[in-house]
Parts: sequence; structure tokens; C-alpha cells
Amino acid sequence: MLRMVFAFVLQLGLLVGAVQAQDTTAPVEVDRSATGGAQTLEDILARQRGEKLDDSFRRNATGDPDIAAGITQQLGTLGGASDAEVWRQLRYGSADVTVSSGGEVASVLMQDGGMPWLTFRDGPLRQYGGWLLLGTLGALVVFYVLRGRIPVDGEMTGRTVTRFKFIERMAHWTLAGSFIILGVTGLLTLFGRAFIAPYLGKDINSFLLIYGKWLHNSVAWAFMVALVLVFVMWVVHNIPNRTDLVWIRQFGGIIGNKHPPAKKFNAGQKVIFWSVILFGASISVSGLSLLFPYELPLFAKTFAVLNDIGIPQWIGFGTLPEQLSPQEEMQFAQAWHAIMAFVLMAIIIAHIYIGSVGMEGAYDAMGSGEVDEAWAHQHHSIWLEEEKAKAAGSAKGATPAE
Amino acid sequence: MKAMFAGFVAIAVIAVGADLALDRAGFAADEKFAGQAVRLD
Repeated sequence: MLRMVFAFVLQLGLLVGAVQAQDTTAPVEVDRSATGGAQTLEDILARQRGEKLDDSFRRNATGDPDIAAGITQQLGTLGGASDAEVWRQLRYGSADVTVSSGGEVASVLMQDGGMPWLTFRDGPLRQYGGWLLLGTLGALVVFYVLRGRIPVDGEMTGRTVTRFKFIERMAHWTLAGSFIILGVTGLLTLFGRAFIAPYLGKDINSFLLIYGKWLHNSVAWAFMVALVLVFVMWVVHNIPNRTDLVWIRQFGGIIGNKHPPAKKFNAGQKVIFWSVILFGASISVSGLSLLFPYELPLFAKTFAVLNDIGIPQWIGFGTLPEQLSPQEEMQFAQAWHAIMAFVLMAIIIAHIYIGSVGMEGAYDAMGSGEVDEAWAHQHHSIWLEEEKAKAAGSAKGATPAE
Repeated sequence: MKAMFAGFVAIAVIAVGADLALDRAGFAADEKFAGQAVRLD
């Protein structure tokens, strides 16, 4: 439920960008008697100013013989439909279009979701996404300066305990490596034209995008496979329990000098785990929708479910659109994919920090898989005791009966 | 480090394998979005 609420909030953020041309002011009342009911210069100017405009006077002005000029009049039609009506039908997606190939996608001759999407992609998405990543990096630098590397209290014991098996570490690095490749190639796709082409040239940008696209589309499968593996192997250790409350109350020992007890994964690691799983799954699903264009539409159905629940209306967004053209589905999928990826990248940057320079001994867990008992006692004391008890039980069981 | 390298190798194997498999299965962009009339092959 929490995931759905969070997802919805982010979707609304996307919608704000997508429908920004319609959300600023109340509908503008325009006298159209001078144009015989057709749009006026004021209509056009209001639309260009991004004001909310009731376009039903155009949208519905199709197929009615009574509104057409008489056959004997200037610009009179030979029936109920005029060229202008046909164009309006095409413009608003109500024309009866038959195409010989290309399916439903090709039957959409005009769709006006493209410009809001492009405006969102080239504006807020780049701007807020970029600042989110830079802000995260900056915050970690500040944190490192203030807190320094979290040391292991006292001396290392020299005795180690196996933290992660080979298959666990391999799955982790498959997920990590693929995510970094996907993140870098995704950022190249989003920022390349703005930040690479002007400085390094269009040829280099083109080269990076051509091969980046292949990498992104292909490595995505490794990410999805590893995501499933990691989920299966670690979900049992990441179910919240009471020790998490203690960990959270003490800020995990990150602030201050306390070292709250924890099992195999502490509350902070559980947050990372569930973030990776939920954001990763959402990125994967929207990515699949993009990998197989127009074949896996997601958003019209999602919006319909949300509308039925009443969440958009409750927040004041009215009813979300439940009829989307195939192209709009792709636009929403791309924007959603990128938003989710930015958030997960920010989280993963923090994860990389704490697993490397931020904490002494943490890297060993995923490097060699063996951690010093002193480190384990400090950060995962309950898990260490469990491991010792298991080892003692095994040793006892291996002792020959007398 | 072995696990890390094994993970990276797995990425390469899965990526190349997925690309080839989808290509053979008819999911190449030219297969999906272009007719015979505009093919150069």
C-alpha cells in the first residue's frame, strides 16, 4: 500500500509536468461570436500562455450537419462533414482511421502529448534529477567531512566469519555492475545532447548513444535476473522486526557512538534492500514497456485503478486520464522510468558510500565475504551470536559419540 | 574479488545472450517496425 501511495505521488509529479499547460488558472471564457464559434486569437494566445482552456467547442464540433455552413453559403459544405471537421477529428483522436499496417499506433495521426513530454524531459526531469544526484553526492561529502569514516571500535580480532556466500556476492555484483552501466548509459541518453554534444562534438555523443542504447537494452536483462536472485536469497532476512526499532531510535550508530544490535541486515540495510526491490521492479516493468514499444501499456490501466480508489480526486488532481494513445503510454513509461531511476541512483550512491569509504570493514562483506568478528559484533551482534551458535552446534554434532 | 568478476562476466553473458535470443526470436527493431518493402536485405 505504501508503495502504491509513493508511486502515485511520483506519478502526480509527472502529471504536473505533463499537463502543466492546463493547470495554472481557471478556464478562460472567450466570446467566439466573431468567428462563428471557431477558435479565436485569444484562444490561441491563452493556450500558448499555458492557461486552462475548455476546448470542447472544437473537440465536439464534428459530425453535426446543423453546425456546418449551408450548402449555398460561402464555405458551405456538401454535407455534415468538412475538411475542418476531419482535421478536428484527427486532432482529438475521434476520426475513424483505417491503416493497412502498423496497427493502432499508426492510426494515431496526431497526438498532443509529445510537447508536454518533451518539455518535461528536457526541463524538470533533467533539472531535478541532476540536482538530486549532485545534492546526494554533496551531502555525502559534507557527512564524510563531519563524521569521517566510521571505525571499528578497538582492535580487529583476526577471526573472521562468513558474511555472504559466493553466490550471494556474485548476484550482488551482477546487480551492482548492471545498475551502474544502466545508470551511466541512461544519464548519457538524457543529458548527452545538452552536455556532451556541445563540448565533445555530436559524433562522440552519437557514438556514446548508439552503443549506450545497445548496452542499456541488453544489460537490463542482467539487472532483472540479478534482482530476482537477490530478492529470493535475501527477502527472508529483510522482513522488518522489533530490533529495527532500536536501530532506528539510535540512528544505527551512524550519528553518535552507539552500536545497536542487529541481525543479518539492520534497518538501514533493509531500507536499501526494499528500495532496490521496489524501485528496481518498477524500473524493470516500465523498462520492459519501453523495450517492447506499444505492446505493454501500463498507465491507462494504472490511472483507472487509482481513479477507482479515489486517490487523485482526494489530492485534488481530479480524474487522471484513462484513455491514452499508444504514444502517450510510451511517454509516461519513459518519464516514470527515469524518475524511478533517479531516486534509486541517489539511494545507491549513499549505499556505495557506506559500503566503501564510509565504514571501515564494510567492503569485506561483499569483497571476500569474510568479516572480522569485531566488525560483526559492532554492526550485527545478533547475527554474529547466531552464527557462533550454529558453528558451535555443528562442532558438537561432529564430535564422535563416546 | 572472484565473485565480483564472476558477476561482471554474468552481466556480459546475459546481455549478449538476451540480445541474440531476442534478435533470433524476431524482436529486432527492423523485424517489428519495417515491412519487407523497405528492407535492404
